[in-house]
Amino acid sequence: MPVTLALIFEQMLNGVQFGLMLFLMSAGLTLVFGVMGLINLAHGSLYMLGAFFCAAGAAATGNFWLGLVAGTAAAAAAGALIEVSVIRRLYTRDHLDQVLATFALILILSEGTKMVFGPFPLYLNVPPILSGTVDLGLTPYSVYRLALIGFGLAVALGLWLLIGKTRLGIRIRAGENDREMIAALGVNIRALYTLVFALGAALAGLAGALVGAVQSVQVGMGEPVLILAFVVIVIGGIGSIKGAMVGALIVGVIDTMGRFLLPRIFATFMEASDASGLGAALASMLIYVVMALVLILRPKGLFPAHA
Amino acid sequence: MRDTHKETVVNLALGLGLLLVPLWALWADQPFTITLATRIAILALAGVGLNLILGFGGMVSFGHAVFFGVGGYVAGILSQHATSGVPVLGLPGSNQMLVIWPVAMLVAGLLAAAIGALSLRTEGIFFIMITLAFAQMVYYFAISWPAYGGEDGLPLVLRNRFPGLNTMRPWHLFLVAWGVLMVVLGAMAALRASRFGAALMAIRQNPERAAAVGINPYGVKLVAFVISGMVTGLAGALMADLSRFASPAMMAWTMSGELIVIIILGGTGRLFGPLAGAAILVGFEVTFGGMTEHWKLWLGLVLLAVVLFARGGLIGALAGRARHG
Repeated sequence: MPVTLALIFEQMLNGVQFGLMLFLMSAGLTLVFGVMGLINLAHGSLYMLGAFFCAAGAAATGNFWLGLVAGTAAAAAAGALIEVSVIRRLYTRDHLDQVLATFALILILSEGTKMVFGPFPLYLNVPPILSGTVDLGLTPYSVYRLALIGFGLAVALGLWLLIGKTRLGIRIRAGENDREMIAALGVNIRALYTLVFALGAALAGLAGALVGAVQSVQVGMGEPVLILAFVVIVIGGIGSIKGAMVGALIVGVIDTMGRFLLPRIFATFMEASDASGLGAALASMLIYVVMALVLILRPKGLFPAHA
Repeated sequence: MRDTHKETVVNLALGLGLLLVPLWALWADQPFTITLATRIAILALAGVGLNLILGFGGMVSFGHAVFFGVGGYVAGILSQHATSGVPVLGLPGSNQMLVIWPVAMLVAGLLAAAIGALSLRTEGIFFIMITLAFAQMVYYFAISWPAYGGEDGLPLVLRNRFPGLNTMRPWHLFLVAWGVLMVVLGAMAALRASRFGAALMAIRQNPERAAAVGINPYGVKLVAFVISGMVTGLAGALMADLSRFASPAMMAWTMSGELIVIIILGGTGRLFGPLAGAAILVGFEVTFGGMTEHWKLWLGLVLLAVVLFARGGLIGALAGRARHG
């Protein structure tokens, strides 16, 4: 298939859409690390919970939007519950204990989801108002994917306003800088931590619910996204929301374009079957190469939060 | 850092126990039990590799499964080329374990040098995420590279050979794995007691002070990372022979997690900790896996309880707290 401008444009949009969904995942992860100093492997499980509750909610009510609310709310509630019961005990522990405890949470949440929802994938349909395609001049494009881009941008804007312009945002930023000081100033730091964790969980759940309509909803869907989110925040700088945004767009676009272009570039000087195999293999490694390059040049990421 | 007397007794009991159980199984004609004991020995070996950097060096690598998988693929690829007679990279394949092991360790060591050189520029949470990410990179390469099975993995038609033994018999393969584990544990004990081991532990406890007395933290950590990757790679080669299969699943991130779990359940930084941990993990899987398909839920709960309330693992419980912090 020839590489036309229309195809490149379409793939770029796909990359941006993928990047914005990665941003929703990465924002919570980086916020929780920045404020509480915690590495949370179970963030992918919250993404999965969001997708499952959205699919179940949409199936029960027949309304995608109610499902979306249910998925986001369920992830936020699960996040708050996990923070109060387990995560709270981990803030003073070393990273090894945090990795292990949240690895254990993945096992528990994955098996728990299997027990509640059964071993088979669920399916979530795109709402009628967002189905079909729209003509963008160069190419027709899926309305739902376009809506995901809009959603991602709206949430990013909301988050920026929340962190930058509200009283809660001031407390969160203060918590990143000096937790003893803001506790001494009378901020209820335990409640603040629970709130930040639940906010991150809600963003992950929302991402899972939104992506659930274009993928199948299944146990284990969260971990590949979690690992990509790690790459995003390593590139962007751990603890930085702006870094998460830039990193997510870099990863989303490079990954999507790599998978699209590399096999076609190799095909110009190799046999078609070899080119597609090698191209796909190298494309899947591309973002990690970018991450390695960023590490060599900027070991603390592009936007170090505590520079 | 001499072991306490109690810990030596526990270590001896673990090493001999691992030998005696399959001996009993051989007498009772329970080949499955022998295979389980072999699995414990191999997983323990992989854990011993990780324990060098995680337990003694304080580096939490969350991507060690990559070396396990690469070792497995070396065994599978060399064996496949030995069968087909087609050379690989200009060299003939081999179905001799004594040839495969050094190659597996070399390849895993080179990969560890590359990953370690980059990852060790960072520390703490960055190090955890970056080792995980590099392991995922190789994992996705293995999945999408079709030459050696891609997503389906690479079966070994016959097990590779060891002089004087018939590795197709469970008991013989067990002896190979147990022997390798004991030799490597001996080497690790010597390494820990050496100047290098002292430097590694000094860096974990206080990198600035170690640097002030003339130790190069980056160099020492990198050498430890490479040795660690080589040992885990050797374990991977053995695992491919045990399961007669090299698959991308060997380097999945869950495997990296399991290797850390093995070390923690046994006791971080204990010489025989990985053996205790591997025995617990395999024992747990066999016992509860037979009762409920949701055994991983219970594993998660037990693990959570160990992390939150019972640090020190099994050896910590049996032999008292480690004297070195």
